[in-house]
Amino acid sequence: MTTVHAPGPPETRTAAGTTPPRLTWRQKLSRWDTRFSPVLYVVPFFVVFGLVGVYPMVYSAYLSFFSWPRFGPTHGPGVGFANYAHVLADPVFHKAFWNTVGIFLLSSVPQVVIATVIAAMLDTPLRGRTWWRMSVLLPFVVAPAATALIFGSLFADQSGLVNEVLRAIGLPGISWHSDRLASWTAIASMVNYRWTGYNTLIILAALQAIPRQLYEAAAIDGARPLQQFFHVTLPSIRPTMLFVIITSTIGGMQIFTEPRLFDTNLQFQGGADYQYQTLTMYVFNASNSGTDPYPRAAAATWIIVVVIVGIAALNYLLTRRLQGRGER
Amino acid sequence: MSRRPGFLVYGLLSAFVVGSAFPLYWSFVIGSVTKERAIHSPPPLYPGGHFLDNARRVLDQIDFWSALANSVVISGVSAASVVFFSTLAGYSFAKLRFPGSNVAMGFVVATMAVPTQLAFVPLLKQFSNLGLTGTRTAVVLPFLVTAFGVFFMRQYLIDAIPDELIEAARMDGCSQIRTFWTVAVPAARPAMAILALFTFMQTWTEFMWPLLILQGSDVQTLQTALDQLKIAPAGGISDVALLQAGTLLATIPLLVLFIATGRQLVAGIMQGAVKG
Repeated sequence: MTTVHAPGPPETRTAAGTTPPRLTWRQKLSRWDTRFSPVLYVVPFFVVFGLVGVYPMVYSAYLSFFSWPRFGPTHGPGVGFANYAHVLADPVFHKAFWNTVGIFLLSSVPQVVIATVIAAMLDTPLRGRTWWRMSVLLPFVVAPAATALIFGSLFADQSGLVNEVLRAIGLPGISWHSDRLASWTAIASMVNYRWTGYNTLIILAALQAIPRQLYEAAAIDGARPLQQFFHVTLPSIRPTMLFVIITSTIGGMQIFTEPRLFDTNLQFQGGADYQYQTLTMYVFNASNSGTDPYPRAAAATWIIVVVIVGIAALNYLLTRRLQGRGER
Repeated sequence: MSRRPGFLVYGLLSAFVVGSAFPLYWSFVIGSVTKERAIHSPPPLYPGGHFLDNARRVLDQIDFWSALANSVVISGVSAASVVFFSTLAGYSFAKLRFPGSNVAMGFVVATMAVPTQLAFVPLLKQFSNLGLTGTRTAVVLPFLVTAFGVFFMRQYLIDAIPDELIEAARMDGCSQIRTFWTVAVPAARPAMAILALFTFMQTWTEFMWPLLILQGSDVQTLQTALDQLKIAPAGGISDVALLQAGTLLATIPLLVLFIATGRQLVAGIMQGAVKG
């Protein structure tokens, strides 16, 4: 496309007639325009992105190798991998890691399963389909902070609705804040609440892109609806599933708002025994702490990135593997 | 799947929708009863008549209107800026191309996998050096561009504008920027609207970054104001009716936006899914 050379407007051509061999100023300008504009259009984005996105990431990698004097204005001497060693040896970090993984699994697995089932139901000739689709998306507009406060009330230890219901049917109430698994469940339910409908629509879009002939062929081969689902539907939407799983991994590893607002004490350590402190809360608290605040927070963030990339790669390989088996 | 869905499908879908709406209903129930009734057993199941009382107490506790204005301004600036930078860059990546454009686009896509919070800690340090802590500018700066925005616009524009149209405009003597303005922007308009809507909602619901950069300042967004309401001595933990009234008040603006633009939002998510 860049090879298309626009002839100058008529008036430049008459102007060119007076000084034949040289390109006019306008023609030169047009040539520069053709050559450099494409680059010029991406430059503004990269400048801003570089300043607020890339540069801080690189700077945080750099910072993670230094010490930071208490209340100091700038970093102290280099310490090699000491910050990484400190974070990796910190029992609170270990707890935060497993809390995050636990909350992530409790949120992403049910979410994908429920979203697929709801999407399959929405993929039928429903009456009022636009209304159903919008209704499913409703929780998406409830901000995580609001979701966390509402669910914090539902899961309150004393007068929360969930415990009241449990007691009403003769079961003991659950200590949603102090029990580790219970607190994970409560926090995961907030994530599920907000994202299941969103993922339903993404999976629904993938379902609608499946050629209907595939189902007809399967039906002719005698496949029952459930068999069709497992042999036609699921293999066809696998790339979308991978997309949903990877995005929920990236989101799940960064979970912060929900556990932070679920916390009822003001230390914000994710429960008295750190039972639901997540990795991002760890980073937040590290950046506010007295010793080496920024370097330790930076080291912790980079560890999280490595974990995310690792899980995403694992997901990818696993799905590829499954796909390979499916094709045989 | 041509069979009409039966009773079971409608029943299950209805249950899911009721479950989706219930937390908002619950928030209204608790936010509309008295402080004492809210923690009394058995819990209230129907709204009471004290919502306006509670709402008034919310306005006494936090500077709700200034937080609302801040959220509107910050999200609005972020949406406008993301749409501007993404349309310009997305157009170039989709239709013009230049040496190294594939590498540059690959880089943009790769950064989408990197958590945004990675940048927060060093940004906090930099911004406090620059004296930006506690300002609206500091809140909005990291949200002026997104890699997703560029990716989204590029995907859309690849198919939305026929190459012939651009060539014709150029043959007619349009400069690049005029071609962009008269050919690309009109074609990009639907995608621009969706991207603006998404970015607005995303920045609106952002919690961690404003919390970090606005700590201990008078400037708050709606989300961090909720955090303040929760930790206020007279608020949150001791007064759940107040907290839920505040939560609902803070949710109303996006609910209104959802009612106005829900259709487009649904279409945008589904389109993005097929293309992405």
